[in-house]
Amino acid sequence: MKITVKLFAYFRDNRFVAEVRDYLPETTPGDIIDELGIDRDEIGICMINSRHARFDTALQEHDILAIFPVIGGG
Amino acid sequence: MADKIFRVNMSDLTTSIEAVPEAWAGHGGRGLTSTIVAAEVEPTCHPLGPLNKLVFAPGLLSGTVAASSGRLSAGAKSPLTGGIKESNAGGTAAQYLARCGCKALIIEGQPADDKWYSVALTADSITVTEETELVGKGNYEVAKALSGRAEGKCAVITIGVAGEMKMMAANLSVMDPDGNLRSNGRGGLGAVMGAKKLKYITIDPGDNKIEVAKPEDFKTANRAFAKSLVNNPVSQTLATYGTNALVNVINEAGALPTKNFTLGQFDGHDKISGETMYDIIQERGGKPKHNCHAGCVIQCSQIYNDKDKNFKTAGFEYESIWAMGADCCVDNLDDIAEADYLMDDIGIDTIETSVAIGVAMEAGLLEFGDGPGACRLIRDEIGKGTPLGRIIGNGAGSVGAAFGITRVPVVKNQAIPAYDPRAVKGMAITYATTPMGGDHTAGYAVTANILGVGGNVDPLSKDGQIELSRNLQIATAAIDSTGMCLFVAFAALDDAECLPALIDLINARYGLSLTGDDVTNLGKSILKTERAFNQAAGLNNADDRLPEFFYSEPLPPHNTVVDFTPEEIDSFWNF
Repeated sequence: MKITVKLFAYFRDNRFVAEVRDYLPETTPGDIIDELGIDRDEIGICMINSRHARFDTALQEHDILAIFPVIGGG
Repeated sequence: MADKIFRVNMSDLTTSIEAVPEAWAGHGGRGLTSTIVAAEVEPTCHPLGPLNKLVFAPGLLSGTVAASSGRLSAGAKSPLTGGIKESNAGGTAAQYLARCGCKALIIEGQPADDKWYSVALTADSITVTEETELVGKGNYEVAKALSGRAEGKCAVITIGVAGEMKMMAANLSVMDPDGNLRSNGRGGLGAVMGAKKLKYITIDPGDNKIEVAKPEDFKTANRAFAKSLVNNPVSQTLATYGTNALVNVINEAGALPTKNFTLGQFDGHDKISGETMYDIIQERGGKPKHNCHAGCVIQCSQIYNDKDKNFKTAGFEYESIWAMGADCCVDNLDDIAEADYLMDDIGIDTIETSVAIGVAMEAGLLEFGDGPGACRLIRDEIGKGTPLGRIIGNGAGSVGAAFGITRVPVVKNQAIPAYDPRAVKGMAITYATTPMGGDHTAGYAVTANILGVGGNVDPLSKDGQIELSRNLQIATAAIDSTGMCLFVAFAALDDAECLPALIDLINARYGLSLTGDDVTNLGKSILKTERAFNQAAGLNNADDRLPEFFYSEPLPPHNTVVDFTPEEIDSFWNF
C-alpha cells in the first residue's frame, strides 16, 4: 500500500522531506520509524492524516504519516 | 541592600525611592505588576489618562546567575483590552533593574505640557530629563544612540513612533545584549508609556550585584536547574529552529490559522517553516541560536540576515511569522522578515498588527499574499500615522469596526495568536478566560493538545481542556513572577527534577522555605487579583467568550467548531 511519509526538523537530515512509499498491509508507524533508523525515544509527535497516532496503529492505503521530534515553542 | 520601589510622577516630574510595602515583598514580575496595578490604579480610569500607571518589575530571580531568569514584566490597565495587562520580555532591563535594587519601577501621572522626557535609573538615583533629539525616531536608532551616549553598558526600554502616537497595538522595546530589540508586545503598553510622554528609560547598575541569602544552596540548585533545561529535548530543537519549529507541526495538526482564520492549513507552510528559516540563516551567515538575555541556556532567538548577508531582524518568532505568513497568506520569509523589522522599529506588536492586516485583507484593502503591500502599510501608513495607519495600529478589532468585518479574531479586543481554538480546544479556554485577552502564553494548552508535552489531551475534544487550561494558567502566573522564561515549563512539565530546583533557587535567593503548594497558591492569587481588577473595570463573564464565528464556522481540515457552553467556560474559575 502507498503511504506518504513526511519528516520534520532534523529527521530530514540525510533522509527526505516527504515521499510516497510502498509498504505491506498492516504496517504501523513504529515499523516505518524503525525502518528509517529513527530512535523511537526521539519521537515527539506522530500523526496520521493530521490526527495524533500511536506507534502500533495499523496504517491504511493512502494515509499520510507525519513524524516529528520533540518540539516546543510559543 | 534592601530592594526599593522607584517611582516617577510625570505630572510634576518628581521622583522617589521608597521602601517596599510588606504586602508586595513576596512578589516579583507579573505577580508584582498586577498587585501594584490592582492596588494603585482606578479600574475605571482611561488607560491613556493621568490615572493609569505603567509598572515594571524584574522577576524574583532576575539579576542572579539563575539560568534563563532575565524576563521583565510590564503592567498597566491596557488601552486595547480595557482590563489589566502584564506583558513580559527578555533583553537586559530586568537583570539591570534587579541589580539596581529596584523591585518595581512605577511611572504615574502625565505632563501638562507637550514635551517629551526620559528617565535614568541607577542603584541610588532616578531622574527625569527632557528629551528632544530622539523623539520621532525608531527603536533601532534610539537603542544605538543611547548605547553611544552611555559611558558603561546600560539597559534601555523604549517606545517607537507607534507608542508616541498612542496606538493601541504599540509595544515596549527592550534592548538585548547585542543592541537588538525584544518586546513587551501585547496589549498596547507602548501607548501607555507614550501617554506619559516618556520616550525611553535607561538603567545603569554600575558594579552593583545581587546579594543571595544562601550562596551555596543557590549554586547547587542552579546546577540542577540548568541541567534540566539543557538536557530537555525541547530546548535543543528551540536552539536550532527557534520557536518557528512550530509552523509545520501546527499546520500538520490542522490548527494553523490561515487567510484570516478561514482555514487550518497553509499551502506555503514549508516556505515559512523553522526548517527553511534554519537553512536560510546558515546560508546567509546569520545565527540560528542566540540568547535574548545573558545567562539564557535555551537560546531560542536568532539573527536573520537579508539576501546580501546584512542584518535584517532578530528574535524572529513563530507567532510573528505565522501572523504575517499564514494568516495573511504571505509565503516569502524575506517579506515577513522585513515586516518584522519594520514593526520592531516602529514599536508595534507583530501579532496584533499582522492579524489586523489579515482582517484588512479580508476587507479588500489589499490582496491576501501581498507581502510587499503589507510592508508598505506598516512603513507608510502605520509608521507615518496616517488615518488608515491609525486604524490598523489600533488593532484587529479597530480594523473590523472600520470596515464592517465580522470575522475578527479577538478576545477582549486583543488578537488571538497562532493556534486556532477550533482545532486546539484547550486554547479556546485559555483565550476566553485569561484576564489578558487573546493570549497564548497565559495557558499554553498546545503542550498536551499537540506537542505531547505534560501528557496528552485530544485537541478536537472538549474533555479535560478546562482543567488543563486552569492548571497551566495557575502555573504560568507563578512562573511569570520568577523572571524565568516561560520555556522552562517544557522541562518542568516532564522532568521531575526541574520544578523543585526552581523553588530551591527562590528559597536560596531570599532565605525562604516555600513549597510547591505555596507556588501554586501564588499563581491562583495572581489570577484572582487580575480578574477582580477586570470586573471592577467593567469586564464580566460575557467578555470571557470567543467571537461568534468560532462557534458557527467549521475549520477545515477537521471541520470542528468551538462547542464549550457558557457555563463550561465559566467553570474555569472554580478554584
